[in-house]
Amino acid sequence: MSIASQDAGIRTGRVARTFIYLVLLLFALFYLLPLYVMLVNSVKPLSEITGGGMMSLPQVWTLEPWAKAWSTAQIGVEPTGLRPYFWNSISMVVPAVAISTILGALNGYVLTKWRFRGDTILFGLMLFACFIPFQIVLIPMAAVLGTLGLSGTTAGLVLVHLVYGIGFSTLYFRNYYAVFPTELVRAAQIDGAGFFRIFWRILLPSSGPISVVCVIWQFTNIWNDFLFGASFASGDGAPMTVALNNLVQSSTGVKEYNVHFAGAILAALPTLLVYIVAGRYFVRGLMAGSVKG
Amino acid sequence: MGFLDIDNATKSYGAVEVLHKVDIAVEEGEFLVLVGPSGCGKSTLLNMIAGLEDITSGEIRIKDQVMNGVHPSKRNIAMVFQSYALYPNMTVGQNITFGLEMHGVPKPERDKAMADVAKLLQIEQLLDRKPGQLSGGQRQRVAMGRALVRNPDVFLFDEPLSNLDAKLRVDMRTEIKKLHQNLGTTIVYVTHDQIEALTLSTRIAVMNGGYVQQLGTPKEIYDTPANLFVATFMGSPSMNLLPVKIVAEGDTLLAETTSDAGAPVRLAVHAPSDALKSFAGQTVTMGVRPEALTDVDGADQRSTHVERFSNTVTVTEPAGSDTFVTTTIGGVECIARMRADTDARPGQPSEFAVNMEKAIFFDPKTEDRIV
Amino acid sequence: MATGAEVDLRTRLQNWLPKLVLSPSLAMIFVFVYGFILFTVYVSFTDSRILPFVDKNGQTTYELIGFSNYEKLFSLSHWDISVMNMAIYAGLYIVICTFIGLLLAILLDQKIRGEGFIRPIFLYPMALSFIVTGTAWKWMLDPAIGFENIVQGWGWTTFTFDWIKNRDFAIYTVILAAVWQSSGFTMAMFLAGLRGIDTEILKAAQMDGASNWNLYRRIIIPQLRPAFLSAFVILAHLAIKTFDLVIAMTGGGPGRATELPATFMYSYTFSRNQMGIGAASAVIMLMTIAAIMIPYLYSELRERKS
Repeated sequence: MSIASQDAGIRTGRVARTFIYLVLLLFALFYLLPLYVMLVNSVKPLSEITGGGMMSLPQVWTLEPWAKAWSTAQIGVEPTGLRPYFWNSISMVVPAVAISTILGALNGYVLTKWRFRGDTILFGLMLFACFIPFQIVLIPMAAVLGTLGLSGTTAGLVLVHLVYGIGFSTLYFRNYYAVFPTELVRAAQIDGAGFFRIFWRILLPSSGPISVVCVIWQFTNIWNDFLFGASFASGDGAPMTVALNNLVQSSTGVKEYNVHFAGAILAALPTLLVYIVAGRYFVRGLMAGSVKG
Repeated sequence: MGFLDIDNATKSYGAVEVLHKVDIAVEEGEFLVLVGPSGCGKSTLLNMIAGLEDITSGEIRIKDQVMNGVHPSKRNIAMVFQSYALYPNMTVGQNITFGLEMHGVPKPERDKAMADVAKLLQIEQLLDRKPGQLSGGQRQRVAMGRALVRNPDVFLFDEPLSNLDAKLRVDMRTEIKKLHQNLGTTIVYVTHDQIEALTLSTRIAVMNGGYVQQLGTPKEIYDTPANLFVATFMGSPSMNLLPVKIVAEGDTLLAETTSDAGAPVRLAVHAPSDALKSFAGQTVTMGVRPEALTDVDGADQRSTHVERFSNTVTVTEPAGSDTFVTTTIGGVECIARMRADTDARPGQPSEFAVNMEKAIFFDPKTEDRIV
Repeated sequence: MATGAEVDLRTRLQNWLPKLVLSPSLAMIFVFVYGFILFTVYVSFTDSRILPFVDKNGQTTYELIGFSNYEKLFSLSHWDISVMNMAIYAGLYIVICTFIGLLLAILLDQKIRGEGFIRPIFLYPMALSFIVTGTAWKWMLDPAIGFENIVQGWGWTTFTFDWIKNRDFAIYTVILAAVWQSSGFTMAMFLAGLRGIDTEILKAAQMDGASNWNLYRRIIIPQLRPAFLSAFVILAHLAIKTFDLVIAMTGGGPGRATELPATFMYSYTFSRNQMGIGAASAVIMLMTIAAIMIPYLYSELRERKS
């Protein structure tokens, strides 16, 4: 993505260039519109929204919707705001991302540097697992989580995300290590380094970029998940996305749009921050979804 | 019993056998070069010696210890790779001592060994740099340093010079040869470059199609190649191969062909073997290296048997020290190596001299040399 | 074979380690993916209604009923609507995303000043949760406070834009939000493809006198075949899995106007206690995705081998 523009340069006239910039600008506005709407409406009183001022800047600036969304909005039984669910998501995402990344790295290492008969088929099976519609596993997973006593718990969700995240993390590391010179591994073998030592001393020090890609991808995916959260943890153990949906869909009382928007931004904030800080890695991660990238 | 014994070693992938019963005994201090075109099995054989690939059947022994199944790090070998395989995240010093560290050598000893090797290879000033900051030649030295520091029984080189530019390659070649002469280590060296093979080795194994075609000293390989493959693979420009008819005339045996004008060219064979005599009346392939096919003044003064004939010159290629002259004999294009100031001109007839002492004959059916 | 006895323990352990390290992940995948798939297929042949499958007395709570669930599934108008909606949704979503993505990629590839500034704006929606996207669009399109209300406030009092509440048009609002979320990413895929094209070919074509239009139509776009294929596969896969966006925007309504197979499966399994039918619908979804993904993955992995 960072490759400089080609110097061949397709020549375009002045009028055409103006037109190009205009189209790009219009699309930029299109993509920015929902973010703008969420931001401005999260800092204005409800009356301004219902009064037809959704597109306008606030006349009265207020942070109250944010405070309410965060700590007092009625989501479950108690008026707790999104705060406990935010922490649910954090305590779900961190272990799930960490473990799936570590396993993915080890798997990628084995699948490229310790090849054995049938490894491509096994990788193919892992890869296909990334693309299954998760509806196909909802019923048995619910049964298994119930049997293990993990229904509705963060631990249960960690397990679920770990299992269905391994395919992608393996894909990332496999593709990355595939172009890592195998001669280095051989040299280290002759030098007397064993399986783990080679991984730790030779491959891992060069794995920074792909680890970032993998962590970002897993983080975004798991944080943004709704299906598993809604299926296996809809109560107090619900993650942020489920809580936000409950907040927005709740049919009791007045619809507090400004609180909904503030809540939506809160739910989007972690992934948005990651995107702003490490956007180019995020894109690379998305591209790897097309297997080759 | 050699120092390194390759005993009937075979390698198969599934049902495909890629290396067929290789038998080589390497003596201590020998410099063995495995040479052949890509896919001939030379790198596979090297990896089997290193322990990076399993041996399907047969044995590999180092100092009489069977190495089958022994981990690469326990064979007391060191290897220099084509890409040098320097660990990018470590400094030159760390690269050199990594193997010692893995073998639990204490730090002071490691530092001492590193200093010695760095001095030997004149890379002391590079020790704190990362591989990415080094030039090709410097990387090459570091890779050799990493191998040397282990003081192994056998050094393995996997096409170590092929990533260098032409000039550096020649310099490093000399350096490797010097190193071998000074240290007297046992080396197995893989290359596809026949000049490297001839210049470096004490013995050469020419490989093709998973078979060792010939094992011998550089002189044996060059002067008396076992078959047509070895004859054409070794030497540049390649050996000229003329179809000639063997004719017995009293005590002498003649190799008969035709000039490009259609006139018969009859060359008396030098000290014909009985085997060749039995080919009388048949057509065989005569091999003549370009330097044995010269202008009359350029013929080898020490040769006792030079034959002459006249033929038309097609192309002349001055190469500075020599001029390569192309001419068609018996319907085959041949290259003659003439003096730089030869009178040969394209389209003009010229007198050619053949050093028959160096001419060899092959059976066109089996492609083996007739001895 | 001369191996065996003389192979020392550490070497043997080293030989086994790679497979040992891989095995927990493989075991998880085999149990939680392939085992579960078989399990769901099995459930789809039973009359299971709710979990658990075994009651307090250890008696199974279901019976095998063959293909009845599938017969029932295909006779349900609810499922028909879901499938029809999916056809409309997936078709338009893929076509529009591809079109916008290609257009933006080509425009961005004209040495645009500020490309580094514009590109992230096109891409950030992909980082958001569908629930966030859904919430934003739900209220923006809501006639009471959204565009309709705003335009009316400008003085055009007869203006109506109530698609999200309209049975015939609600599905298109979901498509709008989905396109908003994914078209930037499609752009990135095409842009990567464009940047990968050999510039010498472009120089040669310009020497040959090709106009910009012909340059793209005859030279460049045909070379983007792999990007088209990847984009299609990724978008098709995302479309079939779409669930949260519908839940957040319309909840499948009004009526059943925006039901998709994913929401169908969820409601039959978890709210309507018709687990057998839910399982059958999940199997159909899997088969649809498999029909797209397996040939794609197969060709990708095979190419890589050679």
